[in-house]
Amino acid sequence: MSALPAAPPARSAAQSEAHWRYVLRLADTSLVLGQRLAEWIGHAPALEEDLGLANLSLDLIGQARLLLTYAGELEGRGRDEDALAFLRDAPEFANLTLAEQPNGDFACTIGRQWLIDTWQLEIYRGLSASSDTRLAAIAAKALKETRYHYRFSSGWLVRLGDGTQESQLRMQRALDDLWRFTAELFTPDEIDECMGAAGIAPALQQLATPWSARIDADLDAATLRRPAAQPYPWHGKRGVHTEHLGHLLAEMQHLPRAYPGARW
Amino acid sequence: MSNDWPLFEVFIRSRAGLEHKHVGSLHAADARMAIEHARDVYTRRQEGVSLWVVRSADITASDPEEADALFEPARDKVYRHPTFYAIPEEVKNL
Repeated sequence: MSALPAAPPARSAAQSEAHWRYVLRLADTSLVLGQRLAEWIGHAPALEEDLGLANLSLDLIGQARLLLTYAGELEGRGRDEDALAFLRDAPEFANLTLAEQPNGDFACTIGRQWLIDTWQLEIYRGLSASSDTRLAAIAAKALKETRYHYRFSSGWLVRLGDGTQESQLRMQRALDDLWRFTAELFTPDEIDECMGAAGIAPALQQLATPWSARIDADLDAATLRRPAAQPYPWHGKRGVHTEHLGHLLAEMQHLPRAYPGARW
Repeated sequence: MSNDWPLFEVFIRSRAGLEHKHVGSLHAADARMAIEHARDVYTRRQEGVSLWVVRSADITASDPEEADALFEPARDKVYRHPTFYAIPEEVKNL
């Protein structure tokens, strides 16, 4: 009598928990950055940039919707995308600290965008080979969008960095200010490690090298300096945020909280 | 700020095999940005599969003042239209 095929290993409770939290982190980074970009609408330096930033924002919010819906299903407590987006408080948000930083001047917005675009390029490329086919499909779609986002942000990085004295000064200042949040991008914690071991996520540390090479090439083209690496005191993906996230959520969540169940 | 940027004319090919058509203009600092702006401003509803941008200053246009001289002389040359000619009965496949 032949042996029965081995049953697939039961997913441990720890892995299930890590899985939904991992997807939630991706979702929250896209959602918070999308909300930040939407704040530019009506304020961008030119009509064409206004539309451009809104387009990036809508791509990111689209990614967040797919990921939040999936995270809610993985969590299994009946929370849909709206419940996750609008009915959680700041400590329950798991976005990268970088994503919630204020828009500042245009150089600040571009610096933040470029750093996250280059991060998402590596993450989504890795995830498109995930053993989780649903996540792989979302990543493949998001990767196409991110390639455009990167084209946009790296173009501006070079234009401002290699532009006038004023624009270079501002671009460099923006990077100097944001750089402290980049250590979080590729520092894995137990959730990243669990997902890497399960073949669901790419090994985070291995992505740092191609990211870094791209960063250096872009900075070189933009005649900008790479700021010195700084220690890692930021833990947005673990729910520890800067003061800025609360204000962002207050605006984003005001309407559905003031009028629960409101519909157009 | 956009007033400092040169004007570009935008052409979109709506489907493979069709020609690029002029759809409008926009401001951009350089050609790369013009492509991005054209994408964001003119292809939001899947209007195209290919974009051309050209600086408006690089287009040489005919002078409307000269329209009479340029185009009027063609008006009385209706024999240049194929429909001017009656097709003989015997010709089947034209």
